[in-house]
Amino acid sequence: MSDDRTEPESAPGTAPGTAPDTGPDTPPDTPVGRRVVLGLIGVGAVGVLAGARVQDWLERVLGPLISKDGTGLAAFLPIGRFRIYTVTGSLPSKPNREWRLRVDGMVDDPFTLTYRELLAMPVTRLTRDFQCVTGWRVSDVDWVGVRLSDLLERAGVQPGAKALRIHSFDGAYTESLTLGQARRPDVLAAYRLDGGDISDAHGGPVRLYVAPMYGYKSLKWLDRIEVTDEVHPGYWENLGYDVDAWVGRSNGRSDDAV
Amino acid sequence: MPSEVVTDVTDETGTLDTEAPLLRFDGIERAVHWSTASLFILLMLTGAALYAGPISVLVGNRETVRTVHVWCGLLLPVPLLIGVVTRRGRRLRADLRRLNRWTPGERRWFRRRTRAGVELGKFNPGQKLNAACVAGVGLVMLATGSIMHWFDAFPVDWRTGATFAHDWFALGLWVLVIGHVMFAIRDGDALEAMMVNGRVPAAWARRKAPRWYREVRGEPHGAEQGAPATQVRDSEA
Repeated sequence: MSDDRTEPESAPGTAPGTAPDTGPDTPPDTPVGRRVVLGLIGVGAVGVLAGARVQDWLERVLGPLISKDGTGLAAFLPIGRFRIYTVTGSLPSKPNREWRLRVDGMVDDPFTLTYRELLAMPVTRLTRDFQCVTGWRVSDVDWVGVRLSDLLERAGVQPGAKALRIHSFDGAYTESLTLGQARRPDVLAAYRLDGGDISDAHGGPVRLYVAPMYGYKSLKWLDRIEVTDEVHPGYWENLGYDVDAWVGRSNGRSDDAV
Repeated sequence: MPSEVVTDVTDETGTLDTEAPLLRFDGIERAVHWSTASLFILLMLTGAALYAGPISVLVGNRETVRTVHVWCGLLLPVPLLIGVVTRRGRRLRADLRRLNRWTPGERRWFRRRTRAGVELGKFNPGQKLNAACVAGVGLVMLATGSIMHWFDAFPVDWRTGATFAHDWFALGLWVLVIGHVMFAIRDGDALEAMMVNGRVPAAWARRKAPRWYREVRGEPHGAEQGAPATQVRDSEA
């Protein structure tokens, strides 16, 4: 309302001939446009500050409805959904029966594993939020897989080894973990996601799941684990992301993990 | 006064073509409109590729798509800002003022859908609301997009909130843009004005924007047909 002083110029005596078409609409008028803009900025600010909580709530309320949606359109709603990242031109794809995992480098017994052999190893199940460094988050994702520590133990890591270099069969995506990070109990070679096989889009048939770190560390389309004597920064790290990607404590932050 | 206009419209139908068209958008305004529109199209396409799984999978190359999206987003306000500060952006500035301000009649027109007796200006309340919403949503997209891109400076919860807001506002923006395009297609004369030479038939102005028509025609003489015409041609060369 205090803006009402802005109406005037068009009033009676505006010099004719100066600007035929530039006079504002006749008063009394209100700057509704500005109010709409400011209102939307307010809504946006609330969205930034409260969005994380609102989204969790929406996922809980709408999640069951969305899973029953028959049209497939609900998948486009911004509620608890993965964004599909592929760094190459086409979607990498490999049938389960052709998939192999190679574990080599500084190990005593390098080996190659088939999909069925992987499934025969001890199973670990984790339900955690999946957090992308840019912000998107999917709550309570259910992962099933084999601990990386079990795979490393089977290969027999040599003294002097410090890190892993992990390769994707898309030919471009690589990731790194220190041996300490890789041996955590919440770091998996995962083969099931939310109760189903892992699709091509989600990095199947087998992908990494590094629970305490941002999503980019959870390399997709797992192909090879190479034990190395130093950390080789991976694909996203070479684009400027932190090598140690603890959720909440990296990429510029030092606060506690969420 | 409104009754005068009504009779005017009904009487006119026969003699429409004799009256010279009115300049609705000059070269600067059309340049700003189309460069902004191009950036919008790129933003919407790359945004869809970043957001929707099936499209992401088809397009791939996330890093490139993201770079294009971020640059288009940062450039989006630039054409309008240049248009506003440039000396020849006089009409653009005047139109922004018009879009901002609503007369009591227009607010009634919008709220109660009572359209009788309301004399509309250059833009109708729907257009004004659309413009304000696009501006507001655009600013929110710029801010939230910046948080997502320069995430280092913000807590994780803010990034998640920014992504959340960016996604929902983007859906709203699609609705606004599609609505804008549909209304434009439905009004051939107005669409032609924006696409071709900035002019609308006088009959169109009398029917759809009578207050603007009076504003323009009420001037001493010919300012509309004379100088601006050459100006338009210049800017298109």
